[in-house]
Amino acid sequence: MATAALGVLLIAGAAGPAYLRFLFQLALGDGLAVLGLMVLMRAGLVSFGQGFYYCLGGYAAGIIGTYVGLTDGFALLLLGAAAAAAAGLIAGLLIARYREIFFAMLTLALTMILYGLLVNNERLGSTDGFNVPPPHFLWWAPAADRLGMTLFVLSCVVVGVAALALDRYLASPMGWLGEAIRENELRVEYLGVSVLRLVLVKYVIAAALAGAGGVLTALAVGHVDPGLANWTTSGEFLFMALLGGTQNVIAPLLGAMVLQLVRTYALQYAPYLWQMILGATMLVIILLLPNGLWSLREIRRREANG
Amino acid sequence: MSVSYVLEAEKLSKSFAGLAALVDVSVAIAAGELVGMIGANGAGKTTFVNIVTGYVKPETGRVRFMGRDVTHLPARELTRLGVSRSFQVAQVFPELSALDNLLIALGARLTHSPWRPLRRPELISQALDALERFGIADYRDYRAAALPQGVRKLLDIAMAMSGAPKLVLLDEPSSGVSADEKFSLMDTLLGALEPTGAGVLFVEHDMEIVARYAHRVVAFHEGRVIADGPPAEVMADAQVQTYVTGVLRGAAFGRPLVGDARA
Repeated sequence: MATAALGVLLIAGAAGPAYLRFLFQLALGDGLAVLGLMVLMRAGLVSFGQGFYYCLGGYAAGIIGTYVGLTDGFALLLLGAAAAAAAGLIAGLLIARYREIFFAMLTLALTMILYGLLVNNERLGSTDGFNVPPPHFLWWAPAADRLGMTLFVLSCVVVGVAALALDRYLASPMGWLGEAIRENELRVEYLGVSVLRLVLVKYVIAAALAGAGGVLTALAVGHVDPGLANWTTSGEFLFMALLGGTQNVIAPLLGAMVLQLVRTYALQYAPYLWQMILGATMLVIILLLPNGLWSLREIRRREANG
Repeated sequence: MSVSYVLEAEKLSKSFAGLAALVDVSVAIAAGELVGMIGANGAGKTTFVNIVTGYVKPETGRVRFMGRDVTHLPARELTRLGVSRSFQVAQVFPELSALDNLLIALGARLTHSPWRPLRRPELISQALDALERFGIADYRDYRAAALPQGVRKLLDIAMAMSGAPKLVLLDEPSSGVSADEKFSLMDTLLGALEPTGAGVLFVEHDMEIVARYAHRVVAFHEGRVIADGPPAEVMADAQVQTYVTGVLRGAAFGRPLVGDARA
């Protein structure tokens, strides 16, 4: 089903107007970060700092492209995700010891530190950021008017593979131990499993996914700025996770898609009201569908079964 | 000598904030042996269980499991070696079904095949077998939080047994279970544990249960072992009757007013 959903998206993006494709493109980049967030939320951990790794991935792609001169799209994707994963491993050694509000605030603190550093760094363009050179893919450099479509197809494939891999991971014993941590850490330790290590692994997975998402967005937009690490970015990822739900790997992607749509149209038709519209959407979701849009499907299924 | 015992605790001492919780406690348990541990609240029973399972470190003394010194191993490594425990307040995953609880307990050992689903036929049938052994298969689809107290305790113990441990420590298996259910709970429980050949130590306040099931009884008072032997002998001991069972004081100390801290 995940494959079918992405297939529809691929066709819609490819056949539809360019602005719609770009909107989907942004949703896919965000979607990777939200998939990572889902892994943490399933383990009862709410990160307010996915933007840290998203920004790190984007800046890594930009810096490597601009200053190292390596502009291979595949290499940038791998390096961006690896940089985020490495940072996640180091930060995770501290953060994985904390829970609840302390976990959330530490992740937030980290992303605000990065934001501050980038804003104050003249060489990296301070608040303006800098342009990311257009990528090529192995020996093929797509023409400027084909680049958008190329990146979109690549993004669909990357997100598709990530979603399928995550789906298997979450169904595996290691994935289920996430639910177990959320429910009772003491029992998990007394089943012979290190809770600290498990949380660290999940935190690094989330970081790598956000890093890859950041690379895709940076390449598609052709520009990075410190706003990627601003706390509002992380807040939006949480918003998307709540909007879509965390029961299934499609749900966070759905959340990312819907938020991008709401934002685009709200900005277009009611530029001074869009945050209010966002707030109202969140309110309605929490009140009526606390498990996100995905729970509509389960409600329908339950009704169908009588 | 060290070969025949699964557990040898030697001269364990521990104090909390200057209060001696355990003083020079030595207890050994053989494979297949069923040892009851009695004592008033604060006598040191739970501290002993916590030290043996790696939750608390002793100040002096050492713990040997199957002849190996395990005094300084953390709880999860002891669990992996084959020391398992249940808790006075059942430690389960409340929002998950009884079956999923057990599946996770089984899956916790299978980290070498990370890509295979947890809910696969052979694991499900293993989990159902375990639920069957503990007589709670009818509750497989109930959320653990919605289970009757006795069933939840059995689930907790079934999860503790999932790794085929050699030594099992049960902290008050019958607490919170009504008087008319306690014997059937213990029958089911010990019926499931006996074939495994594991050494079992159970902390118990209910003297009827101790007298009926234990092969041996260890009595604690103020952090010391005051008696260790066959049930009839220990129950007849003057110190035990004074400090533990309350027979000599004429007071019913058999049941605590409040439970021990859970861990």
